[in-house]
Amino acid sequence: MTREVLAIEELTVTLGTRRGAARAVAGVDWSVAAGQTFALVGESGSGKSMSVLAATGLAPRTARVTGRVRLLGEELTAVSPQRRRRLRGRHVGFVFQDPMTSLNPVLTVGRQVAEGCEEHLGMTRRQARDRAVELLDLVGIPSPAQRVDAYPHQFSGGMRQRAVIAMALACEPDLLIADEPTTALDVTTQAQIVELVADLQRRLGTAVVWITHDLGVVAGVADTVAVMYGGRIVEQGPVDAVFAAPGHPYTRALLAARPDPAHAGGDLPAIDGSPPNPLDLPAGCAFWPRCPVRGDARCADELPPLTEVAPGHRVRTFYPAREAR
Amino acid sequence: MARFVLRRLLQSAVVLLGVTLVVFLLLQLVPGDPVRVALGTRFDQETYDALRERSGLDRPLLAQYLSYVGHALTGDLGVSFRSGQPVTTIVLERLPATLSLAVTAVLLALLVAVPLGIVSAVRSGSLVDHAARVFSQFGVSVPDFWMGIMAILLFAGVLGWLPPSGYVALTEDPARWASHVILPAAAVGLVTASILTRFIRSSVLEVLAEDYVRTAEAKGLRGRVVVLRHVLRNALIPVVTVVAVQVASLIGGVIVIEVLFAWPGIGRLTYDAVQARDYPVLQGAVLFVASLFLLVNLLVDILYARLDPRITLR
Repeated sequence: MTREVLAIEELTVTLGTRRGAARAVAGVDWSVAAGQTFALVGESGSGKSMSVLAATGLAPRTARVTGRVRLLGEELTAVSPQRRRRLRGRHVGFVFQDPMTSLNPVLTVGRQVAEGCEEHLGMTRRQARDRAVELLDLVGIPSPAQRVDAYPHQFSGGMRQRAVIAMALACEPDLLIADEPTTALDVTTQAQIVELVADLQRRLGTAVVWITHDLGVVAGVADTVAVMYGGRIVEQGPVDAVFAAPGHPYTRALLAARPDPAHAGGDLPAIDGSPPNPLDLPAGCAFWPRCPVRGDARCADELPPLTEVAPGHRVRTFYPAREAR
Repeated sequence: MARFVLRRLLQSAVVLLGVTLVVFLLLQLVPGDPVRVALGTRFDQETYDALRERSGLDRPLLAQYLSYVGHALTGDLGVSFRSGQPVTTIVLERLPATLSLAVTAVLLALLVAVPLGIVSAVRSGSLVDHAARVFSQFGVSVPDFWMGIMAILLFAGVLGWLPPSGYVALTEDPARWASHVILPAAAVGLVTASILTRFIRSSVLEVLAEDYVRTAEAKGLRGRVVVLRHVLRNALIPVVTVVAVQVASLIGGVIVIEVLFAWPGIGRLTYDAVQARDYPVLQGAVLFVASLFLLVNLLVDILYARLDPRITLR
């Protein structure tokens, strides 16, 4: 068993909103080990990003977070916000969705890459700048010695995301959290960024949590995957097992909704209805109102437990599909 | 950059020409005969005609205007009806008083508003935030002359700590200058501080919600570094404009405060010139204030480009 980097247990996040408490994450467990990639999949609002932000102390101020989070064996829920801050950046790097807005427009790219090294590694400004040049080179930015002094608006979208990745890796963290890092990029750039992260992970041995709604990316990079719906994990397991034999009706619907080049031109199968309102979640299975195989009132009233259908492969439904897709 | 400045200066010249025309025409509409006012109650027709002719007021309007602009181009803004002194000299004499009051007031305002606005935004909803909002509501609603009167009553009257009015040049005696400037500067500065506090608060709040602030927090930077390095500089870009407008309006517009505190600045000069129908001085003062306004605006644009690398001056 490889070294556990991040483990989350029974994590619950409740957001105080004007219209009442919204339960964004409702009891989530998962972990990721060194060198492994864990993918969190789900639609917008399923709680995938929120669970990770809350675990690392980046949740909005209105959020109430309960549960246990262990980073490198240290219980994060028990430590001070200052300690959590020092762990962020030093041991956990973040890459966010939109590189157009996640860089500060008035600071040079180099400065933004370097400041983490100054903060956590005690480097001088000059040392940190040299390190920034190395990092920009590492993520494949051409002529890094010149580009280090450029401002974000002088970079293309793909280059900016490379710079953000350089920033996230500045202190050689044990964990990289990639929160939909390819969503805002064009398709060819997406592939490059995915490849870059995978390559850096191989070279640096970083654990990666990849938050995405792109199942193609999951199939390509992840070792394990958790599918989230309505703030809960509905299916979790090794990527191969989940893709080969998805047990939850939602996972099956998601996989079916992927564009298939073999059937180009036809309509894509869609999931009827819309995701549940986090202010008013059903008592039972959150997917029940949209579920194609729902059987009885039990689904509406009773929450199905996460049940193991194969070694390491767990599904939260009363009606797991038994046959392969 | 140099080309930008040059072009802006040329544009400013056109604006100033327009200003002279408007002021000139407006003054024609003001009731009252400046020559009569200048001569007082006892004078004969001969003296009256002589002064009218000497001042050029007997000539047609267009001729008057053209000769005014022509002289203005050489720095000659005419002579005061009242004192006979050159207007340029009079205005320049008053400039240090006004500038030192305006700069002190704005510095005081910034000293209060920047920290207050930032804390109020970062700790939004806290006690400090509520206090700051009450303060700025108070400052915006209360007129500065009332503030000035209250300040005189309290600090000069009841407590006797500070002189109630008057002016000592900074170059003459800095300590006495400071004791005289503090009340009028505080009276004006408080209003400016209130406006700025509100503006800075909302600007900082807006920037705090930006993705790059979350990025900075994700990097594990200290709260102070996040606010000072990542938030403040972005938040201050729009604030610069408001500060500049305040500076410009303070230079031209603290008439009531200057009168109240017997502060011999441009505002006081304008007030006296209106009372005395001293048109050349009034025109000169307005032209001067307009020039400063344009200059401040130019400086703001240059400062903008310094603060925000996305802006290039062309």
